[in-house]
Amino acid sequence: MAHSNSNSEISGGSWYPSKLELQRQQIRSRQARKRIAIATLSSVLVLGTLVLVVVNSPGWELFKQTYFDIDYGVEVLPIVAKGITTNIRLTIIASILITIIALLLALARTSKAAALTPFRILATIYVDVFRGVPLLLVILLVGFGLPALGLRGLTSNVLVLGTLAVVLTYSAYVAEVFRSGILSIHPSQRAAARSLGLTQAQAMRYVILPQAVRRVIPPLLNDLVALIKDTGLVSILGVIDAVRAAQIQTSKTFNYTPYIVAAILFLMITIPLTRITDRALQKSISKQNSQGTT
Amino acid sequence: MSLKNKTGFALAAVAILLLSACSSGSDSAVEETQPAAQETTEAVDTNPCSKDQLDTLTAGTLTIATGEPAYYPWVLEDAPESGEGFEPAVAYAVAAELGYSANEVVWVRTTFDGAIAPGSKPFDFNLQQFSITEERKQVVDFSSGYYYVTQAIVSAEGSKIAGATSIADLKGAKLGAAVGTTSLTTAETVINPDAEIAVFNDNAAAVQALKNGQIDGLVVDLPTAFYLAAVEIDNGVIVGQLASDPNTPEQFGLLLAKDSAITSCVTQAVDTLRSNGTLSQIEATWLTADQGAPVLK
Repeated sequence: MAHSNSNSEISGGSWYPSKLELQRQQIRSRQARKRIAIATLSSVLVLGTLVLVVVNSPGWELFKQTYFDIDYGVEVLPIVAKGITTNIRLTIIASILITIIALLLALARTSKAAALTPFRILATIYVDVFRGVPLLLVILLVGFGLPALGLRGLTSNVLVLGTLAVVLTYSAYVAEVFRSGILSIHPSQRAAARSLGLTQAQAMRYVILPQAVRRVIPPLLNDLVALIKDTGLVSILGVIDAVRAAQIQTSKTFNYTPYIVAAILFLMITIPLTRITDRALQKSISKQNSQGTT
Repeated sequence: MSLKNKTGFALAAVAILLLSACSSGSDSAVEETQPAAQETTEAVDTNPCSKDQLDTLTAGTLTIATGEPAYYPWVLEDAPESGEGFEPAVAYAVAAELGYSANEVVWVRTTFDGAIAPGSKPFDFNLQQFSITEERKQVVDFSSGYYYVTQAIVSAEGSKIAGATSIADLKGAKLGAAVGTTSLTTAETVINPDAEIAVFNDNAAAVQALKNGQIDGLVVDLPTAFYLAAVEIDNGVIVGQLASDPNTPEQFGLLLAKDSAITSCVTQAVDTLRSNGTLSQIEATWLTADQGAPVLK
């Protein structure tokens, strides 16, 4: 029968593909090669033309001088890089404080205990207020406004006050992310944990939170990247961050290369950060899934 | 090639397209200014600086810009239209010299560093204490100077630099200045303090920091320093002024767009006002005559 030819044949217990299957494989790999060739050709044509058009356009030289003056970029790199250490230091300190405060806020808002009602109300008000007020306004209020009170023992250090302002605002954002994670865990998880004899607190600590946090890592990362960039707003208080350092240079020479240098430095932090976290997340998800099947 | 890579390429292609659009845009702007410049050279032969020959933003009116807000002591009450204050007085004198009556003058507002940035300008000339520097001349035009200025340091009594008598006394101070100003460059080059200079968006923010004790002293031009010390800052003191290089004294000039058609006429008007004594008369009326701040060495 013709039909027997089309299927793989069994002989001596070892499998080998039929002629028809070999033909199919050949056609498939030929098609794949063709696709790659076409993709490469069209990419080279389109991108090559674009590059030629751009490089030969009359404004290209001026554009290159104004934004991509490499010698000048190298010259200002140490100055801008020194500025970005301010952003990094602020981000590290702030992100630790934000995580702690936001988690406490989220726990307070999701708690069901009657005794915790005042905390629930306070946490809700806090999130409503600081999520809705512009960060720049909070920085001005805290950075310039608090020291104007002249309270004894209160620091007037702009770095400390600036960080405080950023922490106040971002804790509200991140608290909502944590809360959404906690609420996304199915009630049966809590019920199952309770039926195994865990207390409410234990169920939260060992069953719900680990799942919730893992689930909200992507939005948390979003907030971390936003935080790195927003720490620069503290420069309004007189702190020199990467953007301000670049602005000072640009205001002297009217060449915009320092801004590009600052942009590249920010990308060098944020892109690897997102890639590494994406990979870690992928790993932890596949681990969780494999545990589920056993 | 995976789908991901293709999207990447597409994005890159879009980015390049945008870049080329930008670059050709800026180029045409540069070319546009050329014919205007040529027109003036022709016009010079017939009737150089009369009102109907001047290629202003709007024909028949003179559009003058100042800061938003405009500060004491340069402009009183943030109302340049009143002509009250040194700079409005200079502006109206220049306008009159060019043949514009007071009601043919229109005021607009710009930021300080925005006005210096390269590009087309929404004003005929702008005055908000722009010092004339070689770097700025690369991207904008200036009239001749209408005021000689020195930089000074303002502080408050009780500050650690309130009693400073030399530049060396200022080395250990935390100083502040506004971004993009010659006050900042002077602080960097003449004083060069050990602590990083705090840089603010404008003088108003720097004054707040000084009041809070977040900085020890603030570098501004001398007339502003007099005003801040007397009015804005409780127990304000002028620590001293910084001598400018006698070969290249610092001057304020009227700022115009690069290659503006009216630069030479405006300069001519300022020169006339200087030589016939109008400028010094305006200065005596509106600025503190006594510049008795000690010069720090």
